[in-house]
Amino acid sequence: MDEDRRPFSFWVLAAVFAAFVVFLYGPTLTILVLSFQGPEGGLTFPLQGVSAHWYRVLWAGAGVIDIWSSFRRSLWLGLVVMVLTTVISLLAGYAFRRRFPGQGLLFNLTIASLIVPSIVVSLGIALEFRLIDDAVKAFAEAYEVAWVNEAYTTAMGLFTSALGAHLTWTLPFGLLIMFAVFNRFPDNLEEEARDLGASPWQVFRHVVLPLVAPSLVGVALFGFTLSWDEIARTSQAIGDTNTLPLELQGLTSTVTTPEIYALGTVVTGVSVLVIVLAFLGVSMAKRRAAKRVLG
Amino acid sequence: MAPLLQAAPLALVLLLFFVFPLLATAVVSLWNYTEYSLVPDITQRNYVEMFEGCSNLSDGLCATFRTYISTLRLCLMVWAITTLLGFTISYFLAFHIRSESVRMALFLLCTAPFFTSNVIRMISWLPLLGREGVVNQALVATGLVDQPQDWLLFSEFSVVVAFVHLYTLFVTVPVFNSMMRIDRRLMEAAQDAGASPWQTLWHVVIPLTKPGLVIGSIFVIVLVMGDFVTIGVMGGQQIASIGKVIQVQMSYLQFPAAAAQAVVLLGLVLMVIAVMTRLIDIRREL
Repeated sequence: MDEDRRPFSFWVLAAVFAAFVVFLYGPTLTILVLSFQGPEGGLTFPLQGVSAHWYRVLWAGAGVIDIWSSFRRSLWLGLVVMVLTTVISLLAGYAFRRRFPGQGLLFNLTIASLIVPSIVVSLGIALEFRLIDDAVKAFAEAYEVAWVNEAYTTAMGLFTSALGAHLTWTLPFGLLIMFAVFNRFPDNLEEEARDLGASPWQVFRHVVLPLVAPSLVGVALFGFTLSWDEIARTSQAIGDTNTLPLELQGLTSTVTTPEIYALGTVVTGVSVLVIVLAFLGVSMAKRRAAKRVLG
Repeated sequence: MAPLLQAAPLALVLLLFFVFPLLATAVVSLWNYTEYSLVPDITQRNYVEMFEGCSNLSDGLCATFRTYISTLRLCLMVWAITTLLGFTISYFLAFHIRSESVRMALFLLCTAPFFTSNVIRMISWLPLLGREGVVNQALVATGLVDQPQDWLLFSEFSVVVAFVHLYTLFVTVPVFNSMMRIDRRLMEAAQDAGASPWQTLWHVVIPLTKPGLVIGSIFVIVLVMGDFVTIGVMGGQQIASIGKVIQVQMSYLQFPAAAAQAVVLLGLVLMVIAVMTRLIDIRREL
């Protein structure tokens, strides 16, 4: 048999694969095109001219109430989630290289946090904060803490309940990535550094950290993008303000102009930008690591 | 001592935002409530009301059973399609692509949309499936149908399309991972022993891919069972689902009732996972 001849099954599967890629990217490209709809154009084809009209409408904020403040909120939340996810996952992943009590339990909890339905987690956090609020108010009333009685409404918010909700979703991914990284990590390096008299901190700072740095960019990418797009876990756990995806979800039933496509394209643009930055970051970190070894 | 401290932040976050919330849910599901407030109690009210009329089958199924059956139906359809599709895609990448770098590039092509917004990927179907949409225009133009079809959007069909669009990669990634670990010599051995390609697939590849298939299935089943966003947006808020019921009860501030729904949903999901993990040892797969 000729080794290089592709079997018939290859062509069938290649066709399925190509169709899948079209299915995957076709819709996103459709709204990218339609977001440049002319001022007279509607939600579907044909294009009534090509213009940046709907981006101007979006930029002015007309039609879509306060979309830019939710944009900023999501951006800040995403950045905080990104940093916390990276640091906490790195520490926990490093801890799992050695034995500690409760190891199995912590691992199982992390996996459980990933697979328990988001609506259940979200509801739970909402209930927890409601109980906290009730307790605080009852306490303030009983002991007549004036400023609490006057000013306190809820402990729920972007950087309390919503941040926690996002971390229950990003940390399992972060820990699993760190597991994969440390599984391929050479054991002898740390030992050798210790034999040469390095303190635990020096081992971590000068041996472990430079080697795992490229993978940390991957963890950061997961942390930001998963938070940037999160809806289900945030939905019940955020209180009065909204993140961008939640606003978008609301807009699906109220906005009837291509403005929503322009907004969608901008949001996807942010995700793509972050992915590209992550790739650049990884290749830069790898190059630096290589230089370190050679130099 | 040091590892314990290093793991502490993770443990703390999970305790505060996962363990306590689940405990709060379990406790509140036993509480009573009025229009304004929660009343600490131990009552079966929420569970009783949830299954009200469910024992009497002569009037048709009760609302809760109908919701569960509707959700499970969706789940089954989405699971069947994503599993078949995810398996096919992974098989092509793992066994038909010869260059390692092409394989990785195509793999990234299939998984990159994971990093973009689900809602926007749902919105993207509107100009395609709507009454004036691209699909309807094509169907009418080719004469396949006389007039635009309404069942394409805000229907069970569009919900399934969106789920497949969003979640196939949750099957592709673990299945691809399992396939890449298969020793190629096993497949050659099967071939040399006279197995047909289908026999090799059935008796060698699929059994060795089982861990990936189970992990992918758990993801898809759990994501669909608890969903309310996709079903809401793509179903035009018309299709019942368990997640939707919880969300609506929350918006009416019926917290204990929502908590009871969540407990039952969680129980069902855990049962499914328990059955599926019987098939593999997840920890060994990581």
